[in-house]
Amino acid sequence: MEAPLTREEIVAWARECYEDLEFSAARKWLAQDPARKAIGFLPVYAPRELIHACGMLPVGIYGGGDQLEIIRGDAFYQSYICHLPRSVVELGQTGRLDFLSGVLFPSTCDVIRNLSGIWQLLSPELYVRYVDVPQIRDVETGGKFWRRELQTLVDDLGRVAGKTPNDAVLRQSIALYNDVRATISALYRIRCDEPWRIPTEELYLLLRAGEVVPPEEFLQRAKAYIEATASDPLPKKDRVRVIVVGAFCEQPPLGLIKTIERSGCYIVDDDLLVGNRMITQPVATDGDPLTHLANAFVEHGERTSVLYEERPEGKRTLMKERIDAAKADGIIFAAPSFCDPALLDRPMLRAGAEAEGIPCIAFQYAENTGQFQQFREQTGTFSDSIKLWGGQ
Amino acid sequence: MAENIDVQKDHSMVLQKQMIAEHYQRLADAPKTGDKVVYTFVPGNLTELIRSFGALPVLPEINALQSGMRGKSRDYIAEAERRGHSEDVCTYVKCDLGMVKGGNIGPTGLPLPKPDLLLLSYTGCYTFMKWFELLREEYDCPTVFLQIPYQGAGELEPEHRKYVVDQIKEKVIPALEQVTGRKYDEDGLRRRLGLAAQAEDDLVAVLQSAKQKPSPIDAYFGGVYYIGPIFSAFRGTEEGVAYYRELRKEVEARTAQKRGPITPDGPLDDQRYRLVVEGPPNWTHFRDFWRMFSSWQAVVVASTYTKVGGTYDFGFRHDEQDPLGTMADYCGGCYTNLNLPSRVDMLCNYIEEYGANGFLINSVKSCNSFSAGQLMMLREVEKRTGIPGAFIESDLVDPRYFSPANIKNRLESYLQMIDARAQGGN
Ligand code: SF4
Ligand code: SF4
Repeated sequence: MEAPLTREEIVAWARECYEDLEFSAARKWLAQDPARKAIGFLPVYAPRELIHACGMLPVGIYGGGDQLEIIRGDAFYQSYICHLPRSVVELGQTGRLDFLSGVLFPSTCDVIRNLSGIWQLLSPELYVRYVDVPQIRDVETGGKFWRRELQTLVDDLGRVAGKTPNDAVLRQSIALYNDVRATISALYRIRCDEPWRIPTEELYLLLRAGEVVPPEEFLQRAKAYIEATASDPLPKKDRVRVIVVGAFCEQPPLGLIKTIERSGCYIVDDDLLVGNRMITQPVATDGDPLTHLANAFVEHGERTSVLYEERPEGKRTLMKERIDAAKADGIIFAAPSFCDPALLDRPMLRAGAEAEGIPCIAFQYAENTGQFQQFREQTGTFSDSIKLWGGQ
Repeated sequence: MAENIDVQKDHSMVLQKQMIAEHYQRLADAPKTGDKVVYTFVPGNLTELIRSFGALPVLPEINALQSGMRGKSRDYIAEAERRGHSEDVCTYVKCDLGMVKGGNIGPTGLPLPKPDLLLLSYTGCYTFMKWFELLREEYDCPTVFLQIPYQGAGELEPEHRKYVVDQIKEKVIPALEQVTGRKYDEDGLRRRLGLAAQAEDDLVAVLQSAKQKPSPIDAYFGGVYYIGPIFSAFRGTEEGVAYYRELRKEVEARTAQKRGPITPDGPLDDQRYRLVVEGPPNWTHFRDFWRMFSSWQAVVVASTYTKVGGTYDFGFRHDEQDPLGTMADYCGGCYTNLNLPSRVDMLCNYIEEYGANGFLINSVKSCNSFSAGQLMMLREVEKRTGIPGAFIESDLVDPRYFSPANIKNRLESYLQMIDARAQGGN
């Protein structure tokens, strides 16, 4: 029997996936069989199950982080637009995404929406679909609309793949992604209960790897990681417990995540890469798979800035609910510069939090931010003040 | 949408002023008269439906742009930023919220009533969703959400149309019934849709008059004035029909006399440059901005901004035979709900059809819906038409982002470049 993977081995593998802007893991998977194809998707939510059911590899595209020099991408965007689309264009223009047979652009914001048009103009031969997720959160209207959209997607993706999945295959993919979400949820639960056991830097790397490798491989590594950390916990430190809000699309550089933790905070909840756990309940695996998947989204979709909040008090109460669920002391609102969804939501969320006496700080970053000193000072002071005066 | 620009003395303008004054008076009186008030947005507005319930629409974007023109937006935006709104987001939203916090005084100086319903027609702009979530924090009233799918594939797909119709039936109409206490009146709605189509015919005739040489209108700076009634409260009303009939008559008379539009520099009969413009105007320096064009004898013959509340010049008309379906088609077809390739097609079409010798993009900082992707559009239009374009940057209502010297320089160099090309240079 092979020795189980260690924490270091798994994290090293994840880091390699994360740093690899050539998407070698996906390319390797494709190279194993010439009939294989891969479909990219942008943040926040795309129904990966459908790509998988068509036998293709879903690949998350999160820009170039702080490792990509932007040469061509800047010519596509004015200075007052966030950084993510320019690094995505850079990836495209430098051939790094040429292994994809299609790209899905979810209705996250108008920047990603319009990026779908740029892609259509730049790559007319590629399958490009703007995916308008339902904002009406009821089964009767929003659910039926979304069911029809999912059908269109399956039909389209089936054409790209050369085979359309039957219901049994769709159910298998749904079951697999139920497992993925349950595993991510387990990781989050453990980090919340014992944050010294799962540093956010490691969790984040693992989840980033999960965006570019086959889900089966991610599951195997993620489960092995949970096991490895059980037998290899890190020393417990005197840190305050914070949640990070606003980082669901353009991702902060890893250095920023490390900075937050090293300045005296345990991140015990966050919305980093939230698309990978957007559906918060298991999707039923009997009956009509697309109806179940559609209804799960409208009924159990994560409450995030990119979806309409139906409850009038919803924005005001959300932060308190999150803080209570995570037993956290305070909130770090960390949003990408020029990010409409995160920045327009922030005043409502923050007002609700502060009305409950929850300590908050806010800052903006870009995926390629290279200097962390100011963040270190801000989060360090924040954690000191919570230690001194108490949190929530 | 610039209802009170004091640049044209035609009878239509007097009419428009009267209509607007009366509308805001009715709004101010609403708390006394019991008229119900519905806040909604310009793109995808369901004015005929709202009015068929006897309710009055209020358009927050119009309030914001009017605040910009009246020199109030700087303070309103500052107020919103003091309350925690980021410098990075749309200034229309901040201007409106600042105005609400400052007592909600409308463009005519009368107070605006609180909404009885927030009808969030989610058409062509993500920010709308947050704007109404933010307004909901200010008012204790119901909100109804109408999701208009984006034309990502270049059309309103049949399934998307069905979704919109379903929502109007299952969500919007019941909400209006609830708030107004009236039953849905389909005949009344049909009548209003018929009136809308009449006004739309006349508006299109006005806009297409710019194909003439000289153009009798400026389709951007004058155009925002012409679209005011139809994009706001008056589509589907008798006053609206009367206004557009009058406007068309005036424009046809100018065409017959081979006269150009009246600009801040007087009549522009001798037109050296015929431009197509993409993007919204700046409102804080509207007349200065216009003058930068008119002083160089540049007339705008077509603009995309005048299509944000409907793309009638490509054939769409409200259809009284299919009241709910036609509203879905209308919403789906508003300019910012079109994908980038369709927007590029539209610009190329305008350049060709209107005999333009230049095109310009005014990229506003506020608006990702318009602005994200405009540099790509610029290149694409240049490639397809062989005409180099100009790119300038400003903002809608934040005066901090309107730099007159920069814009003037850029525009002048561009117009000189057009001259050089015409003389055979490059
Ligand atoms: S970072 Fe924000 S504004 Fe930029 S693409 Fe993502 S959601 Fe849109
Ligand atoms: S982002 Fe653009 S379309 Fe949306 S509200 Fe602001 S100015 Fe209007």
